[in-house]
Amino acid sequence: KDMNVRDALNSALDEEMSADPKVLLMGEEVGEYQGAYKISKGLLEKYGPERVLDTPITEAGFAGIGVGAAYYGLRPVVEFMTFNFSMQAIDHIINSAAKSNYMSAGQINVPIVFRGPNGAAAGVGAQHSQCYAAWFASCPGLKVLSPYSSEDARGLLKAAIRDPDPVVFLENELLYGESFPVSAEALDSSFCLPIGKAKIEREGKHVTITAFSKMVGYALEAAEILAKEGISAEIINLRSIRPLDRDAINASVRKTNRLVTLEEGFPQHGVGAEICMSVIEESFEYLDAPVERIAGADVPMPYAANLERMAVPQVDDIVRAAKRACYRAVPVAAAA
Amino acid sequence: IETSVPFTGHKCDPPSRSIDTTPKELMGFFHDMALMRRMEIAADSLYKAKLIRGFCHLYDGQEAVAVGMEAAITKKDSIITAYRDHCIYLGRGGTLLEAFSELMGRRGGCSKGKGGSMHFYKKESGFYGGHGIVGAQIPLGCGIAFAQKYSKDETVTFALYGDGAANQGQLFEALNIAALWDLPAILVCENNHYGMGTAEWRAAKSPSYYKRGDYVPGLKVDGMDALAVKQACKFAKEHALKNGPIILEMDTYRYHGHSMSDPGSTYRTRDEISGVRQERDPIERIRKLILAHDLATASDLKDIEKEVRKQVDEAIAQAKESPMPDPSELFTNVYVKGYGVESFGADRKEVRAVLP
Repeated sequence: KDMNVRDALNSALDEEMSADPKVLLMGEEVGEYQGAYKISKGLLEKYGPERVLDTPITEAGFAGIGVGAAYYGLRPVVEFMTFNFSMQAIDHIINSAAKSNYMSAGQINVPIVFRGPNGAAAGVGAQHSQCYAAWFASCPGLKVLSPYSSEDARGLLKAAIRDPDPVVFLENELLYGESFPVSAEALDSSFCLPIGKAKIEREGKHVTITAFSKMVGYALEAAEILAKEGISAEIINLRSIRPLDRDAINASVRKTNRLVTLEEGFPQHGVGAEICMSVIEESFEYLDAPVERIAGADVPMPYAANLERMAVPQVDDIVRAAKRACYRAVPVAAAA
Repeated sequence: IETSVPFTGHKCDPPSRSIDTTPKELMGFFHDMALMRRMEIAADSLYKAKLIRGFCHLYDGQEAVAVGMEAAITKKDSIITAYRDHCIYLGRGGTLLEAFSELMGRRGGCSKGKGGSMHFYKKESGFYGGHGIVGAQIPLGCGIAFAQKYSKDETVTFALYGDGAANQGQLFEALNIAALWDLPAILVCENNHYGMGTAEWRAAKSPSYYKRGDYVPGLKVDGMDALAVKQACKFAKEHALKNGPIILEMDTYRYHGHSMSDPGSTYRTRDEISGVRQERDPIERIRKLILAHDLATASDLKDIEKEVRKQVDEAIAQAKESPMPDPSELFTNVYVKGYGVESFGADRKEVRAVLP
C-alpha cells in the first residue's frame, strides 16, 4: 500500500493522541486552518480545542509554554510552521528544554516534540530556506530526527512523542506530498522506530553515501546512475542525527572503504563534518580515499531559480563525488 | 492587622488592607526570614572564601516575598523563578544542607552539584527552578499553569521575575496566550528597582509593572511586608483560578549587588540602602509586630536568630563534608536514564556509553 508523508505524519499524531491523553498539539494554524501544510488535518474536530491549540504568531511564547507544560508532565507536540521560525524560540529549545534534565540531576525531564518543515523549499529565499539539523544536533540533551519516507515519518514521530526527552523533528515540505510504499507492520498503531538507528536504504559494496531527509531520495537516484557504470553505492538513511548511529556508518565504511556525506545544510560545522570525524576516529585505517562532502553552498539561499539550483546539492553532484571517491574521475584541479 | 501601604489595583478591586494572622504565623515569618537572611549572608562569605564558584545572586532584603507567598498557597501550587533562587527553594521546603552543598558543587546538593547557584529545583513540592536566562521562566511558568489547567488540578503557578525581565518580549507573548487561554498563571514582578545596575526608570518607559499587562489585571503590593504579600497572593490565586492571569508587582529591595561581582554601590547611594534597611526591612517589620503584641520578648527573638545562625553554620560544615560528584556523573542525566546517552571521541573511550 502507498501512503504519502503528510498522511503518515497525520496518522502518527492521531494514533499517539488517541493512545495518550497527555499528548497535545500546539502551534500556528494547527487547528481551524487544519495546519499550514495540512499535517494536523481533522485533529481539531477529533480531539477538540483543549488538545489542538491554535497559538498567536509568537514562537518564544508558545514554545516556552510548551516546555513548561512538559516540565509538569504533559507531552506537547509543538509545531513550527517552518523551522526557520524556531530561531525565535531557540532559547527555549536549547536552554529550557535540552538542559533541564541535566541541571536538575534528573528531577525535571522534558517530554516534548518540536516539529515542522526544515531545509530548503522552492523559491522562498534566504530566510525561509535553511537546514537546522547541524544546529540542533550539536546540543547535548536534544534528540534530532529527520525522516525521509512515510515509514520513517510514522515510526520516528511516534517514537519522538513517546520519548521522555526533548526531540527536534525535522520534516521536509517538498516530501509531504511524496508517496512511498508502506508495509502492514508500519501501518499498525503499535509501530515505532528506534531513536539513534540508521537504516541501510540500499546495500552496496564500493562507496558509502550518508544522507537524511530529502537527500536520501537524491542519493538513491544517484545510486541508480552509478550502478549503470559499475559502482555499487551503499546508501545510509541516517534517520537520527542525534544520537548519530556511528556504528552503522563505521561498519559500512569498513566494508566499502569510501565515504561521501550528503546534506542540504551549510558545509561548515555540518553533519558531514561530524560523520567524517567519526570515521577518522574509528575507521581511519579502512579509508581508501579522501572523504567527500556534499553540502549546500556556503551562501544564504538565493531566490533566482538557476542560482538556487546551484546552491543545493543535485544528483549529478553526488554521482561526481562518488566517482571521485572511487578514483574514476579526474580531480577538477588536476584537469585544469 | 492593617498593612501600612494600600494595595493599588489595575482593572481589579484590590483586596482588603486588614489581614488576619496568628502568633504562630508571625513567629514563623520571623524565623523563616531570619534563616533566609542568614543563609544569604553566609553564602556571601563562602563566595568570598572561593568555595562558591561562578555566579551567585543573593536575595537578602526580598525575603518577605518568599515567605508571604508560601503562606498563601500550598505545595501543590507551583513556583518558578529566575536565578535569584536560593530562598524560594528554602521556602518550598528545601534544606540548608542541600542548598549549601549545591552552592559548593557537592554531591549532596539539590541538583547533585550539576546545577549550581542558579539551578535549584524541588519538583515534588512544586518548585520548577532556578532559570538563568532573563525572562525565560515567564512562558515556562505559563506552561506549567497550562498543564495544571489541562490536568484539572485546580492549582496555580507563580512565575517570578525582576523589573529587568519585565521588559522582555516573551513576557508579553506568554501573557497574551495566558489571557487568551485563561491560564491560572500569576506573574510576580519582584521589583527591586534595579535590573543589574540599571535603575528601573532607565530601562522601562512605564515602571508601573502591575499595569503593563494592559488587559490583564494587576496589583501593586508592598513587597517588604510579608502580610501584604500573603494577602495579595491569596487574592491572586482565587482570581487566577476563576479568571486567568494576573500580575502582582512586589515593591521590594535587594541589599546585595546584582551578583557577587557587583558591590551594588555604583548606581545607587549607600544612604538609599541604609534608608531601606532602617525603614522598610521585612524582618524588622515583623519583629516590631511581635514585640508590639507581646508575642515574644526581644531576647526570645535574639535567641531565634542565634539558633538560626547555628543551623546555618552546621549545614555549611556538613556540606563541606559532602564529596565532589563522582567523575562518572559527567555523562549521567543528559537524557532520561537508559535513553540515548552517547559519549564519543578518542579521549572519551574509557567512559564510552552505548545507545539503548
